[in-house]
Amino acid sequence: MLPRRTVAAFAAAGLLLPLSACGSGFDDSSQPAAQQAGPATLKVMIAASGGAELKAMQDAAAAWGKDGSKAEVVSANDLAQQLSQGFAAGSPPDVFAVDATKFQGYAAEMLPYGDGLSAKDDIYPTLRTTFTQDGKLYCAPKDFSTLALAINTDDWAAAGLTDNDVPKNWDQLKSVAQKLTTGGRTGLVFNDTRDRVGAFLVQAGGWATDADQKKATADTPQNLQALTYVRDLLASGAAKYPKQIGAGDSGEAFGQHKASMSIDGNWMVGGMKKDYPDVKYRVVALPAGPAGPGTLSFTQCWGIAAKSKFQEQAKQLVDSFMQPQQQLAFAEAFGVIPSRQSVRAQYEQKFPAQSAFVAGAEYAHGPVTLAKMDPVLTDFDAQLQQLPGADPKRILQQLQQNTAAALGQ
Amino acid sequence: MGTLLTTPVVPGTAPLRGTRGRRPLRREGRAGWLFLAPTLIVLGLFMVLPILMALWVSVSDWTGSGSPFSSRVKFVGGDNYAALLAEPGLTRQNFATSVRNNGYFVLFVVPLQTAFALFLALVLHQKKLKGRQFFRTAFYFPTVTSSVAISVVFLFLFSSTGTVNAALKLFGVDGPSWFADPRGIFHLALGDPAAPPSALAGHGFLGLSWWDWLSGPSVAMCSIIVLVVWTSTGGFMLMFYAALQNLPPSVDEAALIDGATAWQRFWRVTLPQLRPTLFLVLTLGLIGTWQVFDQVYVLSRGNPANTTLTPAYLSYSSSFIGHQWGQGAAIAFLLFLVIVAFTLVQRWALRERK
Repeated sequence: MLPRRTVAAFAAAGLLLPLSACGSGFDDSSQPAAQQAGPATLKVMIAASGGAELKAMQDAAAAWGKDGSKAEVVSANDLAQQLSQGFAAGSPPDVFAVDATKFQGYAAEMLPYGDGLSAKDDIYPTLRTTFTQDGKLYCAPKDFSTLALAINTDDWAAAGLTDNDVPKNWDQLKSVAQKLTTGGRTGLVFNDTRDRVGAFLVQAGGWATDADQKKATADTPQNLQALTYVRDLLASGAAKYPKQIGAGDSGEAFGQHKASMSIDGNWMVGGMKKDYPDVKYRVVALPAGPAGPGTLSFTQCWGIAAKSKFQEQAKQLVDSFMQPQQQLAFAEAFGVIPSRQSVRAQYEQKFPAQSAFVAGAEYAHGPVTLAKMDPVLTDFDAQLQQLPGADPKRILQQLQQNTAAALGQ
Repeated sequence: MGTLLTTPVVPGTAPLRGTRGRRPLRREGRAGWLFLAPTLIVLGLFMVLPILMALWVSVSDWTGSGSPFSSRVKFVGGDNYAALLAEPGLTRQNFATSVRNNGYFVLFVVPLQTAFALFLALVLHQKKLKGRQFFRTAFYFPTVTSSVAISVVFLFLFSSTGTVNAALKLFGVDGPSWFADPRGIFHLALGDPAAPPSALAGHGFLGLSWWDWLSGPSVAMCSIIVLVVWTSTGGFMLMFYAALQNLPPSVDEAALIDGATAWQRFWRVTLPQLRPTLFLVLTLGLIGTWQVFDQVYVLSRGNPANTTLTPAYLSYSSSFIGHQWGQGAAIAFLLFLVIVAFTLVQRWALRERK
């Protein structure tokens, strides 16, 4: 008897299947969403770095809301997951922050509104490139960060170094790192991922893919030169990964005075002020490599859901977020760099400590934006973590092979 | 099952069966279905249906947008499964790595947590023990605490300058940076040779060389193993403890009178009686350890060097981060098969022998 009942239960569930598929909130996304005019209630989702960012966003949204429109800003615990859920269920937030590294995975869900932005030509070209696909700018770059070299000035003086010793190239970087390495302290620290080591690739004139992200260009002499340099730096003991010296990341290692120099993004300025106010330091541009100066940029943009019913209102909201004064207010609240070039002078005047980071905007390289490259780059990170023990040539061959497979070459 | 339904016995008629018409039984059957309906609907809607949908996703090219049943989603057959099992590439390599990691995790956690749980239950069962109430709570405490909270505490304990390493230092041992160390402990036991034997390195299975398969859990994975053993032991201890309390004392006393030593009484008398509980604990342990996710999500996200990657986490990251929903679902089903296979093996190994 039992098996028959089980079959019956499954059959009942089977009958429910098509039924619930119609009624569970799914709808066919081939249809564009019907647009509604007039007052709108916009849902905005961000991944706030902290309370300060969330509050600044909420204030900005409140300032925009008038004529009965309002925007409700929420911070996601796990933005990637919550956005994916929203898209799958057909009810994404109207406006959301999209990280550059995931941008292309979401592009199909986004309204490519960027070319109609009033601020379009004012945005740093490298940021525009990051969020452009098939010639269309998809979304407005919210703000950005770059990498630079932070130096502990007390250690610097103690090692007998002066302003003339600020490293301008790889050899000088190595030599000052060695001079700064003492018994309990490491000269240079940087995180063990592509987001730091990648800067060396750029400085050597290499990168994992070509500019269009259509071809794998990992296994090149330039990349080999960069990785070999990083490996030797780590092997010499003058540079270390944070975990080797008991720190969670490079900021912590630098703040706790376990390292005298650190390669970090401009979020460190706020972090140092909050957690390690007594450490005296200065920030300089990263030393140039054989192919010239190079750094990485990290950025997010304001995506508008293709499924949103209030696209016009959403564009207005984003436009208000992109206003110079608003960008400066965000910069003040949570330490990011405005994405508009016209605000640069004002910003640097207000935050002189950030000028080395801003300077990087001109030659910064954006991240890989293909979502399907994520496992490839995670694997690359895994390989990088094993430097200096690993063979750079093998790492690059593996990256080449995996990238080519992911790009469908 | 139908014959088990009780029918009121009408005086003067034969009880059940026999010449009685089938009508009342059918009416009761209908009523039974009616009573079952809420459960069936809930189970169907929230269990069977999602499983069937996931099964469809695992053989489709759904990209995570809109309905998986819309006309734009195509049937791709076994492509997702093939990428995980047959086609050389990163996908297969990552899946194999995750299975290897989780395999070692199971291999270490299940015996350890079962043995510890049994040991603690036996200790608590001692009538001589003072403050049993206290110890019972203390041992059970880690189980009721959120795994996320415990994971965060372990992050501090096992940081390279954390308590564990400070304790090791007292014994003159220089502790590793636990969560950053991808080296396998079997490799370490061999002195971490830079050049593995070519017979092992040259050949392999699912894109991993035999040398990689035999690495053992990484140092990072070991700290997760310690964490999980510590948290789950309490719950299983409670099961053993309850079973011990229910054992008839007379059997033990009889063995005592027959002159059995304490060890003999445990091995020949107590343990055989605990077989059903042992089976339960091992089954739950096997299923739970193959699904490990929270700890990996909080502590390591698969790092360092993918050595704490598990199929459950890989399924999540393929779907939500990589937007490869079909692959994520396929991993989930393969994981399900692995669990079923292991449970069957365990049932066979623990079967009653004549």
